[in-house]
Amino acid sequence: MSKTKLVIAGNGMVGHQFLQSLADSGQLDNFEVTVFCEESRLAYDRVHLSAYFSGATAEDLAMGNTDLYRSWGLNVLTGETVTGIDRGYKSVTTDKGRELSYDKLVLATGSYPFVPPVPGHDRQQCLVYRTIDDLDAIAEAARKSRVGTVVGGGLLGLEAAKALTDLGLETHVVEFAPRLMAVQLDNGGGAMLRQKIEALGVSVHTQKNTQLIDDGEQCFHKMNFADGEVLETDLILFSAGIRPRDELARQSDLEVGERGGIVINNNCQTSDPSIYAIGECALWNGQIFGLVAPGNQMAKVAVSHLTGGSDSFTGADMSTKLKLMGVDVASIGDAHGQTPGARVYSFVDERAEVYKKLVVSEDGKLLLGAILVGDAEQYGTLLQYMLNGIHLPEYPDTLILPNRGDDKQTGLGVAALPETAQICSCHDVSKADVRMALDGGCCTLADVKGTTKAATGCGGCSALLTDLVNHELEEMGVEVNRDLCEHFPYTRQDLYNIIRIEEIRSFDELLEQHGRGHGCEICRPAVGSILASCWNDYILTEQNVSLQDTNDTFMANMQKDGTYSVVPRVAGGEITADKLIVLGQVAKKYNLYSKITGGQRVDLFGARLEQLPDIWQELIEAGFETGHAYGKSLRTVKSCVGSTWCRFGVDDSVGLAIDLENRYKGLRAPHKIKFAVSGCTRECAEAQSKDIGVIATEKGWNLYVCGNGGMKPRHGDLFATDLDRDTLIRYIDRILMFYIKTADRLQRTSVWMENMEGGLDYLRQVIINDSLSLGEELEQQMAHVVSTYQCEWKTTLESPQALKRFRHFVNSEAPDSNVVFVEERQQIRPATPQEKAEVEAEPIKLVS
Amino acid sequence: MTTTKHWTAVCSQNDLIADSGICALVADTQVALFYVKKQQAVFAIANHDPFSQANVLSRGLIGSKGDDLFVASPVYKQHFCLKTGRCLDDENTRIQAWPARIEQGQVEVLI
Ligand SMILES: Cc1cc2nc3c(=O)[nH]c(=O)nc-3n(C[C@H](O)[C@H](O)[C@H](O)COP(=O)(O)OP(=O)(O)OC[C@H]3O[C@@H](n4cnc5c(N)ncnc54)[C@H](O)[C@@H]3O)c2cc1C
Ligand code: SF4
Ligand code: FES
Repeated sequence: MSKTKLVIAGNGMVGHQFLQSLADSGQLDNFEVTVFCEESRLAYDRVHLSAYFSGATAEDLAMGNTDLYRSWGLNVLTGETVTGIDRGYKSVTTDKGRELSYDKLVLATGSYPFVPPVPGHDRQQCLVYRTIDDLDAIAEAARKSRVGTVVGGGLLGLEAAKALTDLGLETHVVEFAPRLMAVQLDNGGGAMLRQKIEALGVSVHTQKNTQLIDDGEQCFHKMNFADGEVLETDLILFSAGIRPRDELARQSDLEVGERGGIVINNNCQTSDPSIYAIGECALWNGQIFGLVAPGNQMAKVAVSHLTGGSDSFTGADMSTKLKLMGVDVASIGDAHGQTPGARVYSFVDERAEVYKKLVVSEDGKLLLGAILVGDAEQYGTLLQYMLNGIHLPEYPDTLILPNRGDDKQTGLGVAALPETAQICSCHDVSKADVRMALDGGCCTLADVKGTTKAATGCGGCSALLTDLVNHELEEMGVEVNRDLCEHFPYTRQDLYNIIRIEEIRSFDELLEQHGRGHGCEICRPAVGSILASCWNDYILTEQNVSLQDTNDTFMANMQKDGTYSVVPRVAGGEITADKLIVLGQVAKKYNLYSKITGGQRVDLFGARLEQLPDIWQELIEAGFETGHAYGKSLRTVKSCVGSTWCRFGVDDSVGLAIDLENRYKGLRAPHKIKFAVSGCTRECAEAQSKDIGVIATEKGWNLYVCGNGGMKPRHGDLFATDLDRDTLIRYIDRILMFYIKTADRLQRTSVWMENMEGGLDYLRQVIINDSLSLGEELEQQMAHVVSTYQCEWKTTLESPQALKRFRHFVNSEAPDSNVVFVEERQQIRPATPQEKAEVEAEPIKLVS
Repeated sequence: MTTTKHWTAVCSQNDLIADSGICALVADTQVALFYVKKQQAVFAIANHDPFSQANVLSRGLIGSKGDDLFVASPVYKQHFCLKTGRCLDDENTRIQAWPARIEQGQVEVLI
């Protein structure tokens, strides 16, 4: 059988989903696929485009990649636009003069931002917000600008406004309609949103009809409105809606809608059955779908139809939940109550700035729509009521009234959802899909996310998904055994609370009262760490010593040959020449291999156990302290040179880094903790890849949390902005202690965050709004740790009892004969087994 | 080379560390000694870790798995039975173990 020649115009989000579905269908072999991609880069995540301004790179956003496409055997042509279709000959032509015939053609050309034809709209620094190239242009223009204005107060316009504020511009939003987000919100919701957004420093101008853009006096442009008012601005971003890219369809006489859009049927075929249209360029039942989920659904339907399946597209729900400039906004179904007989419940709290509205059917039994501003926690529940036609409780208003005190909120149990209920609309995952994933062997939320992709798009469904997964696991009788180990029938968090509340100070005491057996290599260090976090006693006391991993026992990092490496603290990476010389002298004297670490200090390798005390004696005399490179504890606070030296710096990053490192040094935690401080947004210290990252701004410090480098890199989440120093430290105190209190054993902050129900918002509630009334307690606990700091090496050198352990043999001064070094690049390294065999081992004598 | 075993005193009882290990050199052999406080018992096994080829077992953490007492290698975390030297994670691996006791304040190993 000859292969079907399949040509795809457009490689945006939906174009990519089409290719993915085709690959998933296992039928790639039956097609010869050519993809034309007008943009210079392959498909990327447009939904998260704004993340480009908060640190994500084009690579982070990428969805398609050359290797993947190549492995699928696709012919992909980037930077090439389809310019014409000859339906008679079944061929397409491109702007590069290429002509290519097709059996089937798929149009996934998306849409373009509508720019109102106001005179002056094509002046310089008049831009749009759709592609990565647009964002580059915006960033470039912003450098020359003080004031920025977004034309259009819809969903995308507000997102663009956020980007302008992030770029440091004085920001205005100009809207033609009398309220913001006119499509999704009513007057009440729009007013509440406006109030919140204005409080964040964005000026909102509604009912403004721009008639002319010309030269400004203080700024680059002047916008002249129909009502005679003017607004001066340096940069204009048009976000006045989108228009389908149907030019190919028009030119080849395919049926298009009156107001644009390529008409498709339930199979996603256009008026020419060999041509499909999917995504934002397609018009189904008179409707354009400006969201990615319906587009993805179309892509799947088109693949199904091409491969002989029977899926069909029957419309999509346009409910949305999003966070605009930190404000939760959600709109569900018939938000405007246009259904005949619809009844409305609403709730307004002007002090808390919350607005909620329910639209219910005439008989009060069904939910038709809803609007939530300021608090969208019930989004998932309400959406399920609407989508599945579940009967409302007797008093539907309980769904939106605040839950004060002990009367239980009428939430919707996940058990009540039908199998077909769609849990995640971004990835079209139903309740049945989730159950299938669990039956197929997934046993954690993370597994389910990985397998089904649910909750990895907009994230709007994550609370619901968590509930569902927990519920199903419980139903399946999977008792998720979270006991620490066979010796303690408790989780790490339980043990932490027990130790705090009962003021338990030793492992033996804990084991006697709450455990059994002798402990093991899991519970001993875990309890050792908790005891240290709580009481901060010296880790090598007689009671504590048997709890420490070898690295903690010898306060050095054991390497593969049994020797240790030594890392003194160099707070903030700042070091005097004299101290550098001492490090060099010590390394030379003890013949240690020296390497600069990623944490801006020096690591000295190859120290034998018995050499450690002498080495540390010399280091401490020279003013060094232990660096805790061996502990599950604060490691380093990396910093760039900051405003002291750097011409871009806006604050003293080194000074802050040193203070932070000195404050938290010695703090033991479930896992290691790394910090970094950058002196400006150029981020030379890579703070966003750290557990705690701090970046200087003109107005203070931005705090990022739960980032990670390493095996599974994670960008830190922006936790709070423009903090003064005291607030910054207070938040860090609380976050770290809350982490220590609630994390699992050996759980890095990144994973802790990923598993936290409610995620970043919840953490903000706890830390900033003190929703658990824990703030003061956490601060006090941190204050205790800070005030009881000791350099463990100093204490050890003063204790003859502790020093006894620092020899390889209890009964001999001989070194371990198995430790053999050879030279490489003028330094030592451990010998390989082969090399060892060549070195004749010196006979060792028993001395005592 | 002698084949007869005898009790050799290797160190003082005070050198032992409760619920932890130390290493002694007996003839040319590195012996890891562990003192389990609850049982007031001392155990002797080889110090050489067959998985990492490093002489480090005396620096591992001790614990119990059911009734077996073990030390976990500080390098790759395999468990070795303190009484028999058997590796609890790999039945084909066993390291040497020797009877050990405390006599008049001295730790003795039958080797
Ligand atoms: C800032 C922003 C935020 C958004 N937020 C959300 C959100 O939170 N939730 C949500 O659901 N949706 C959101 N969207 C909308 C979402 O991105 C779109 O629905 C989705 O990208 C549509 O996919 P598509 O493939 O149809 O179009 P596109 O992603 O626009 O892709 C079309 C591609 O085809 C190319 N092309 C066009 N014509 C041709 C041609 N003739 N030849 C070759 N190539 C061609 C274009 O250059 C483009 O790369 C957002 C959009 C933006 C801009
Ligand atoms: S982050 Fe900013 S202040 Fe720090 S070195 Fe880089 S450019 Fe300079
Ligand atoms: S609904 Fe968007 S991620 Fe699930």
